[in-house]
Amino acid sequence: MLYREAGQFKTTYASDMAVFRLREDRIGLAVIIAAAYAAAFLGSDFLLQAVLIPFLVFSLAAIGLNILTGYAGQLSLGTGAFMGVGAYACYKLMTAFPEVNVIVWVLVSGFFSAAVGALFGLPSLRIKGFYLAVATLAAQFFLQWCFIRVPWLVNYNVSGALDAPLRTLFGIPVVGATATPQTRYLVVLTLVIALTWLASNLVRGRIGRMWIAVRDMDLAAELMGIRLLQTKLLAFAVSSYYCGVAGALMVFLWYGGAEYDVFNINQSFFILFMVIIGGLGSLVGSFFGAALIFIMPIALGVVLPVVLSPFGLSVGAETIEHLRFMIVGALIILFLIVEPHGLARLWQIGKQKLLVWPFPY
Amino acid sequence: MDILYKVLIEPFVFMGEAPDLLVQTLWEGLVSGVLYALIALGFVLIFKASGVFNFAQGIMVVFAALTLIGLYEKGIPAFLALLLTAGVMLVLAMAVERLVLRPLVNQPDIILFMATFGLTYLLIGLGELIFGGSPKEMITGALYLPQGTTEVTVLGGPVRLQHLDIAAAVIASAMIAVLAVFFSKTRIGRALRAVADSHKAALSVGISLNQIWVIVWFAAGLVALVAGIMWGARSGVSFSLQIIALKALPVLILGGFTSIPGAIVGGLIVGMGEKIGEFYWGPLVGGGIDTWLAYVIALLFLLYRPQGLFGERIIERI
Repeated sequence: MLYREAGQFKTTYASDMAVFRLREDRIGLAVIIAAAYAAAFLGSDFLLQAVLIPFLVFSLAAIGLNILTGYAGQLSLGTGAFMGVGAYACYKLMTAFPEVNVIVWVLVSGFFSAAVGALFGLPSLRIKGFYLAVATLAAQFFLQWCFIRVPWLVNYNVSGALDAPLRTLFGIPVVGATATPQTRYLVVLTLVIALTWLASNLVRGRIGRMWIAVRDMDLAAELMGIRLLQTKLLAFAVSSYYCGVAGALMVFLWYGGAEYDVFNINQSFFILFMVIIGGLGSLVGSFFGAALIFIMPIALGVVLPVVLSPFGLSVGAETIEHLRFMIVGALIILFLIVEPHGLARLWQIGKQKLLVWPFPY
Repeated sequence: MDILYKVLIEPFVFMGEAPDLLVQTLWEGLVSGVLYALIALGFVLIFKASGVFNFAQGIMVVFAALTLIGLYEKGIPAFLALLLTAGVMLVLAMAVERLVLRPLVNQPDIILFMATFGLTYLLIGLGELIFGGSPKEMITGALYLPQGTTEVTVLGGPVRLQHLDIAAAVIASAMIAVLAVFFSKTRIGRALRAVADSHKAALSVGISLNQIWVIVWFAAGLVALVAGIMWGARSGVSFSLQIIALKALPVLILGGFTSIPGAIVGGLIVGMGEKIGEFYWGPLVGGGIDTWLAYVIALLFLLYRPQGLFGERIIERI
């Protein structure tokens, strides 16, 4: 009886079209956000550093890819490279203008990524589907090659790696070796919440509806007066912006430094998994997908030895790694068979059931 | 101006001065082009018959090669091991049809594409669990694959031809020819082309889709086995070999997704373009450009002709 629509009358159009129409939903969201902030003070450093920060970073990247693939219908396999552009841009800006607040640079670095993303989105007017995937693969391999071969990007650093310089926010270090997981988590959480809020308004508004029209049928959309090239390029730009910010956050607030190799093709695939498993065209799905794909292997590493030990099977770390691969692969197939619309759809069904509970229909 | 000279003039001058080096580069490009074509062929077979873009083709190449080596190391004679490996590929094809394709029939392309991603992960885990993650030597000697090199004098300079490369080119060409005949002359080949044209129409004249899928996945498995032997003989068998599957993508783009001749021509263009680009223009930018050159060639080509060289014209209807 917690979840009731009855009695909540909408008296304005705005309230009828709100993201969270039900009071219970709004309360639920407030509780989740409050819990997320509380986790900064209650959770252990391991939980923050190894689970929650990467989860948020991957969620942001998944939102980025979801905007492009889920809302605008353009397949992309270059997410990792676009994240890399954000990270390298952020590094150059941070070291060139150290006096400016680091959060500003994290947000600005996304624009560089957006520009590069739009450039590689140019072929999308002529080609689509798997053909477009090759265009984005070209971006992936070309940009990754640039990260290795252009020493200017890492300020001629001998190791060729990005390292996080010390930067503070209100006198508290947030980037660099001395920043605590707690402060970094709070910064990442705030940015992710703000950007998610922005995205949810974007995809519900005029621009988002244009994307959806293009996704569902581009020719019909064009006949309705939507300019295809601008709409698609905007999708590429916005998507790459989110990926770029996620990349900058990943390197400077999670790893604290990285080599070109973290932006490889597997990273792109990884994020594509999150989007598909979570649900194409759903922001909340991006979070679910990131949680499942990122946290599940960690959980398996903990659970598998416990499950297998009663059978007298002592498994090494290597075997667990292989089993993990297999289980992730099998789960991807299983999910696609059981629920092709992703976890977001399961969530929706669950909420629907709760609304009418205890009656089945 | 200096940079323009270096990009536009100098490589060609160098080509003219040392034509034997050019021939050597072209030959190497030709061989890797044939091998790219072989991998692309696996993609084309499956894409034609089921519309599935099979990302797992790369891992199938590795898996087939590892199975062959694993069986041989168990003491099974090489050619029996080859037959057994073919059997394993058949079992794999049947399993994929039953467990992946059949439940996912009528789903959008991207879902099927993702399913092959899952398959890739599954096969990586399974392969590493059975065979271990360390690189292995291909059993070149036991399969009577020729080794050694011949030097031929062409245009006033020595050109080194690896016997293995010649064998690879011959075997790959033979394989492609056999497939071409199989698909144009036999009953199953006709059924397969019918399925490629329209699933519904093929079903309505009594062609079993499931059976066709098993056959094409098995054929793709055999192609993967040959590709695995050839690539393995050149560069060893390890899981990093699956990255060559990604190299087959620009080949497909150039040739068109549904065309077997396209896969061959695309493979040759990509193989030769890549080698020439890397050898003559690579040093200008620090080398390593063969990681992306093929994609950029394919991308530029796409802007000019979106359906590829031999691809079917894309017609859109509302």
